[in-house]
Amino acid sequence: MTDGTLTAAEPREATLSAEAVTVRLGGRSILDEVSFTIGRGEFTGLIGANGAGKTTLLRVILGLQAPTAGRIRLGGPGHARGGIGYVPQKFLLEQDMPLRGRDLVGLGLDGHRLGFALPSRRRAALVEEMLEAVGAGRFADARVGRLSGGEQQRILIAHALISRPRLLLLDEPLANLDLPSAQEVVRVLSRVSREQQIAILISAHEMNPLLPVMDRVVYLAGGRAATGTVEEVVRSEVLTRLYGHHVDVLRVHGRVIVVAGTGQDEHPAAEEAGAGGVEIV
Amino acid sequence: MAGVLHTLVEPGFFSDSAVQLALVVGGVVALVAAAVGVFTVLRGQAFAGDALGHMGAAGGSSAYLIGLAPLWGFVAVALAAAGLMEMVGIQRARGRDLATGIVLGAGLGLAALFLYLDTTHSGTAGATGTILVGSIFTLDPAILPAALALGAIALIIVIALFRPLLLSSISPELAVARGIPVRAVGILYLIAMAVAVALCAVTIGAILSTALLIGPGAAALALTNRPGRAVALAGVIGLAATWLGVLLAYDSYYWPPLHHGWPVSFFVVALVLIAYLGARAGGRRRVGG
Repeated sequence: MTDGTLTAAEPREATLSAEAVTVRLGGRSILDEVSFTIGRGEFTGLIGANGAGKTTLLRVILGLQAPTAGRIRLGGPGHARGGIGYVPQKFLLEQDMPLRGRDLVGLGLDGHRLGFALPSRRRAALVEEMLEAVGAGRFADARVGRLSGGEQQRILIAHALISRPRLLLLDEPLANLDLPSAQEVVRVLSRVSREQQIAILISAHEMNPLLPVMDRVVYLAGGRAATGTVEEVVRSEVLTRLYGHHVDVLRVHGRVIVVAGTGQDEHPAAEEAGAGGVEIV
Repeated sequence: MAGVLHTLVEPGFFSDSAVQLALVVGGVVALVAAAVGVFTVLRGQAFAGDALGHMGAAGGSSAYLIGLAPLWGFVAVALAAAGLMEMVGIQRARGRDLATGIVLGAGLGLAALFLYLDTTHSGTAGATGTILVGSIFTLDPAILPAALALGAIALIIVIALFRPLLLSSISPELAVARGIPVRAVGILYLIAMAVAVALCAVTIGAILSTALLIGPGAAALALTNRPGRAVALAGVIGLAATWLGVLLAYDSYYWPPLHHGWPVSFFVVALVLIAYLGARAGGRRRVGG
C-alpha cells in the first residue's frame, strides 16, 4: 500500500494519477516507476531532498517533460493542460517590472488571450475576489517585484487559481520564506483547497510546515516514491526500504525528523540537506 | 508669447515640405518604436535590439549600392539577422548574448565592406553619414507608404499579442503553464522588433536606432506600475523627443557654425537621454523605492 505500486483500489474520480512514471536523462534515472493518485480537493505533499526528482515529476505532470515510460492521467472529462495551475520554483519578479499584483492575477485569468484586457467590472470583481481569498488585497496595487517573498507567493497562488483549475502544482513555494510566512502560505492553500475543491500537489524538502494540512504524502528518494498518509509513509521501515539503507524517523513535539544515514546514500544532495550527514526533513 | 514662439519655431518650419515629411515619418517611427521598445526592455533584449540596428547598416549600405532606398536594406537585414539569432539560440537567456554577439560581428563586417564600396562608388562620404546617423530632412517622399505599412505591421503584432507577450516576458514558465506558445510569441516579437529598429534607422541612423527603441520604453517603465500605461507613456516620450529634435535641428541652422545645421539624431538622442534620467529621478519618488 505504501510502496507506490498499488493503485487499483483508488477512487474513480482521481484528479491526477501517475502510472509508473519513469524518466531517464542521459542514462541517469531521475524517476523510477513513480505511481500515485490525487483525489478531488486533496492536499498532497511531494517530499524529498534536493535532487530527489520533485521538479522533474512536476514538469512531467505539466506536460513540459515527456516520461521515458509510464503516463500521467488527469481525471474528469475534457481535462486539458489548462486545467492545471502552476507556481514555479524560486520565482522572484524583477524589481523594475511595471506590474501590480492585481495585473499579474488578471493575466492568470486571460493572459493567453489576444489583445489588451478591456476594462470590465466582472473581470475586476473576479480579480478582487481572488486577491481577497489569498489575503493579498492589502498589497495588490504595489509593484510585485518590490513585495516580500511571502507576498509574491500569495500573488502567484492567486494567479494560478483564478482560472479555476482542478489541480494546483507548487514547486518549493516555501523554500525562501521564514517560518511565519511559510505557515501563512500553507494556511491560505489549505483553505482554498477545501473551499474550492482544488487538489494541491506541493513540493517541499521540509515537511513540517505541511504536517497539519497534508492528506497524503508522496515521498521521493533516489527517484523512487512511497505514497500514502503521513502515518503510513513516514516510518522507519518504509523509508529504509525507499532509501535502500537504514533511516530513523523521530517524532518530537509534533514535528517529524527524518535521519537518513550517511555515506551509502545514492543522492549526495540528501546529505547536504541536513547537518553532518544527517538529513532532517 | 508670440515672440517666444517665433524664436522657438523658425518662420517657414511648418510650410517646409521636407519638415512635414520628417514630422510624419519621425512621428510614426517614434510611436512604433516606443510600443515595441517597452517589451524590449521588459524582455531584457536591449542588446539584441541594438545589434539589429547596427547590422541594419550592412543592409542600408548595400541597398544604396544597388540604388534602392536604405529602408529596404535596413528591413531585410534586420529580419534576416533576427532569424539567425533565433536559430542560434536567442530563446535561452544564457545563449542570448552569445547568439547576438556572433551575428552582430558578422553583420558589422559586411557593413564595413559595403560602406567602403558606397564611398568609392559615389565618390562622397554622404551615404555613410545617411546610413549610420540618419538624415531625416532628406527622406524620399516615396518611402512614406512603406514606412506606414511597416509601422502598422509591428504595431499590430505588439497590440495583438499584448497579454501573451507580457506574461511570457514576466515569466516563460508561467506563460507555458497558461498554454501560451512562448517560442512562437518570441519569434513574432523579434519580427516586430526588427521592423521597428529598421524604421528607427531611417530617422536617426543605424547606429543610433537603439536610443529611440529603448530610451522611451525604459523611461516609461520608471514612471508607472501599469504595463498598458507604460506603452502609452513611452509613445508620448518618443514622439516628443522626435518632434522637438526635428524642431531644434531646424533652428540650429542659425546656430554656429552658421548655415550648416546640427544633425537631428543628436537632438533626438539627447532628448531621450534627458527624458530617461528625468523619469528615473522622478519615478523613484512616485513608484517608491
